Amino acid sequence: MYLVLFIVFGGLCVAGALNLLLQRHPINSALSLIVVMSSLAVLYLLLGAEFLAAAQVIVYSGAIMVLFTFVIMLLNAGKEEHTHGSNAAYIVGVPGVAILVCLLSFIFLSARTHLAQAHLGDYIVSTADLSKVLFRDLLLPFEVTSVLILIAILGAVALARKEH
Amino acid sequence: MSFLIFFLLSCLKIAVVLGIFLGAVAYTVLLERKLVGRIQNRWGPSRVGPFGMMQPMADGLKLFLKEDLMPTNVDRPLYILAPIIALGCALISISVVPFGARITWHGVDMFEIANVNIGLLVILGVTSVGVYGIALAGWSSNNKYSLLGALRASAQVISYELALGLSVVGVVLRAGSLNLRTIVESQSAHGLLSWNVFGGFQFVAFFIYLTAAYAETNRAPFDLPEAETELTAGYHTEYSSMKFAMFFMAEYANMITVGCVATLLFFGGWTSPFGNLLPTGNIVVQAVLPVFWFVFKVFCFLFLYIWVRGTLPRLRYDQLMGLGWKFLMPLAIANILATSLWLAQRAP
Repeated sequence: MYLVLFIVFGGLCVAGALNLLLQRHPINSALSLIVVMSSLAVLYLLLGAEFLAAAQVIVYSGAIMVLFTFVIMLLNAGKEEHTHGSNAAYIVGVPGVAILVCLLSFIFLSARTHLAQAHLGDYIVSTADLSKVLFRDLLLPFEVTSVLILIAILGAVALARKEH
Repeated sequence: MSFLIFFLLSCLKIAVVLGIFLGAVAYTVLLERKLVGRIQNRWGPSRVGPFGMMQPMADGLKLFLKEDLMPTNVDRPLYILAPIIALGCALISISVVPFGARITWHGVDMFEIANVNIGLLVILGVTSVGVYGIALAGWSSNNKYSLLGALRASAQVISYELALGLSVVGVVLRAGSLNLRTIVESQSAHGLLSWNVFGGFQFVAFFIYLTAAYAETNRAPFDLPEAETELTAGYHTEYSSMKFAMFFMAEYANMITVGCVATLLFFGGWTSPFGNLLPTGNIVVQAVLPVFWFVFKVFCFLFLYIWVRGTLPRLRYDQLMGLGWKFLMPLAIANILATSLWLAQRAP
């Protein structure tokens, strides 16, 4: 059952990511990104991380992607034009991808016996456990990250503010 | 065998809840037309059936038989997808709402489709995805009014989702859980006195939730996305026949869901307002009475919804945004702080 769901949503995730690159209209690409985000949420759920899955849907599929589509709608962006692509992409990119695929498949095949199904739920079961880790053990990194985001917001406001 | 029983009972629950829910949606429309009629000193629908009770059937039939117009230059896939997303998301969120006391049959909870640990977050998540229905409808229609309506709706929903999410944190803190059953059980001790809105001192949170819920469902006095004086009909201007009906159903389904969540979070869900003062009857009464209380509370909430629509004027758009960001959000944060301090002070 888990394997079937993993294959379905993993496949959906990859298909969404490919569609994101292949679509010519920005709004279709944004919608593909929503599919990717939502399938990732299902994969988190399969790992037993229910709070993370819900947060993924609320924050990424909901809030952030709504802003993306909002901006695309507001700018009324049209279809993109296709270029022939740069030569560097063909010369370096194709062998690079081939090497990466070979390397990954070699690693996975050679370490086959050590592979097992990961399950996050064994360590962090409930939302309460998660918040204990977040607000007790990892309090400093958590707060530093939130200050970092605050700085980014302030920077955006400073850039967008009109000169008087 | 147990999986088969689980599967069949789940299908049965889904079919029954869907049927009742869609029926409730149809009759909420009638309730609104009747009540707004009485508020405006007229009768409302009274021709089809006794007291106009068959009006929803007639409306449904009319919309079903209408010609489905597809304007030129619309983005066809998204134009068709948008009402499906809107109605789909509106119907999904009812699946985690518990309607009655926990009564199991063959190990399956009979009064809730799915009892999940993060029920409240599921509802918030599905609501946040439902915005795409409105946004895509406005964008794909290739119409100025639709686009403006959709932009207003998306901005409004994102802004008020923040206040809505923060307003329920106080309740979650008190219950110590995101499971809707646990939240209800945490307020079941002394009936009315232990409800979150009274005994839990969450009336500020309830006020924020109520205001944000009106804005989330695009209802008066926050129905700017479909303000007919400025935007004809807003995001669904170009929609006709069943596609329009799907948006209409989604709006009323969202109203009912918001009412259900308010009942669960602030008004003790299916528990009796009299606590244990009423004598407990036999097993049938014990199963049916909680459902009655739940439906009664949701009905009161819908009544309030329609009453507000019939009496309050529409806000201006900048007033709406100012209210959300400058008043409701700081108030919600203050409520979280106050609740946390109170709970911390009471903790051993």
